[in-house]
Amino acid sequence: MSSLATGSEQASPARGPLRDGVWFTGAAAVLLAAIVFGSSIGPAGPDWWRVPLELLNRLPLIDFDSGVTDGEWAIVWKIRMPRVILGGLVGGMLSIAGAAYQGVFRNPLVDPYLLGAAAGAGLGATIGLTIGRSATSGWPIDPVPAIAFVFAVATVMVTYTVGAAFGGSRTGVTLVLAGVAVVSFTSAIQAFILQRNLDVIREVTRWLLGSLTRSSWADVRLVLPYVAFSSLVLIMHRRHLDVFRVGDEEAATLGVSVPRTRLVIVVAATLGTAAVVSVSGLIGFVGLVVPHVVRLIAGAGHRRLLPLSMMGGAAFMILADVPGRMLTRPAETPIGIVTAFVGAPFFLYLLRTRRVGA
Amino acid sequence: MSTLTLEDVAVRYSKRGVSALAGYSDVILPGEWLGLIGPNGAGKSSLLKAIAGLVRSDGRLAVDGVVLDDLNDRSRAALVAYVAQDPLIPNDMTTREYVLLGRTPYIGYFGSPTRADHRVVDDVLERLRLGEFADRLLGELSGGERQRIVLARALAQQAPILLLDEPTSALDIGHQQQALELVAELRRTERITVISALHDLTLAGTYTDRLVMLHHGDVVAAGDAAEVLTADRLGKIYNVCVTVEVDVDELGNRQVVVVPRRGFPAP
Repeated sequence: MSSLATGSEQASPARGPLRDGVWFTGAAAVLLAAIVFGSSIGPAGPDWWRVPLELLNRLPLIDFDSGVTDGEWAIVWKIRMPRVILGGLVGGMLSIAGAAYQGVFRNPLVDPYLLGAAAGAGLGATIGLTIGRSATSGWPIDPVPAIAFVFAVATVMVTYTVGAAFGGSRTGVTLVLAGVAVVSFTSAIQAFILQRNLDVIREVTRWLLGSLTRSSWADVRLVLPYVAFSSLVLIMHRRHLDVFRVGDEEAATLGVSVPRTRLVIVVAATLGTAAVVSVSGLIGFVGLVVPHVVRLIAGAGHRRLLPLSMMGGAAFMILADVPGRMLTRPAETPIGIVTAFVGAPFFLYLLRTRRVGA
Repeated sequence: MSTLTLEDVAVRYSKRGVSALAGYSDVILPGEWLGLIGPNGAGKSSLLKAIAGLVRSDGRLAVDGVVLDDLNDRSRAALVAYVAQDPLIPNDMTTREYVLLGRTPYIGYFGSPTRADHRVVDDVLERLRLGEFADRLLGELSGGERQRIVLARALAQQAPILLLDEPTSALDIGHQQQALELVAELRRTERITVISALHDLTLAGTYTDRLVMLHHGDVVAAGDAAEVLTADRLGKIYNVCVTVEVDVDELGNRQVVVVPRRGFPAP
């Protein structure tokens, strides 16, 4: 048995919050390190080791010469930093939403795209990039993220309505199956549109693979309220997610209104997911794997799982974005490929070394 | 200490389907243990689920005059605790975390367990002699230990009515007896009203105060074990060949023993 399980044997309620504090502080330190590292590395700009110094220099009451020129700082602050922060928001949101989805459906194979958020966003982006692009070429803002967001939310609403109508929202299984059907249907429409508009296939594919290339502070400002609201609502439901672990029926006899609570959690997770997916494209794997990694390391209780997934997912995404922009310069490797490439072997390694199937 | 009143409680799973439970009426007194017996599909689980609010039912269910359907989920859970036949027990939860779930009805929507909730859990763990398992993961425990922990969770709910759906069906004979002795002790010390579905007829007759035999959703017999458990009736209802013996111990306590025999029941 792993040392982790031994650790939980020694836990006591009095020490619980203290141990949480240690975990959260550790995760925050990792996230901070990832942000500094992510903003230090790039194809252009200052020497990498000068960036942490300049970041320190920018703190109040600290003043020294880091050797970073104003022009170099502009690259760090206007190009790299929004990309790092947006990556963190995307990774954090997908991971906390994945943890919540896995909890509310008691299914370890679930990711935040389960009920159609990704398929809907994909369809929306496809429509935006084909039909919309010529019509909206003169617009001051890019309409594709907005269309992707609307389609993502709408698709999940369709799934929920169909699932609730056919099986009653008491059973999560019907919802999952409705998700499978709606995702297939949505993907079919998307494939049909693509097949008739072969000229946009390249652009759509790049969108589907996910990218943080064109991140700006405006994207960060656009996504931040959704991520903040969604993750706050999810963290406030951490105790309900623990109750869901004993099954819908027993949760109901413990006084939890199962259909209503599940709806609130799904809506919160979906809103955040749709928002980040609409700006980053479909970055797979993060929302599935990060919560599992956190569970294996820190236990399955949602009080710890949700915040740690969020911080861990953010750090993972920021770090995964670095090789993407460095490996195949000047072209970029889509981040979705990197997350799967790095994450899958790491996950297998964890499965091998830790207790499996707990 | 609460009286549970059932008036014409009926359960129907679909509009056209046969009823799982035809109108059932009863008054179950504080501290009483009512045993529900009957073949598979007789309506035992439906009755328990109706009381727990897990299935929609017609008729009236009340605890001390308070109609259960008028209550919100949390208030109902504070009155009625339910242990499913095959409860889902997360392997990676500790005993303490699991038993703490029993406090859910008393914690506000966005609230956290208070010191008082933790005290109740400590107390329950101590009373059920589970203290040594408090911080062990449930996946590491045996079937008998897990059954006691499920009972501990229901007890932490501090509900005056305890519903048990086949609480011992997965246990060996020793653990069956230990689990039922525990329930017997709890209802004595806590004056909890217990309603349980039981498959083992001898155990049902031994531990409960009163038996109700259901068949196709109807009550076919009710009363003490000696009245309900007759070889003739069991042969008809269960389609089984049994003999029924009544043992009387030196204190005059009667115990009804149902013994399966080889052969087919008389037509």
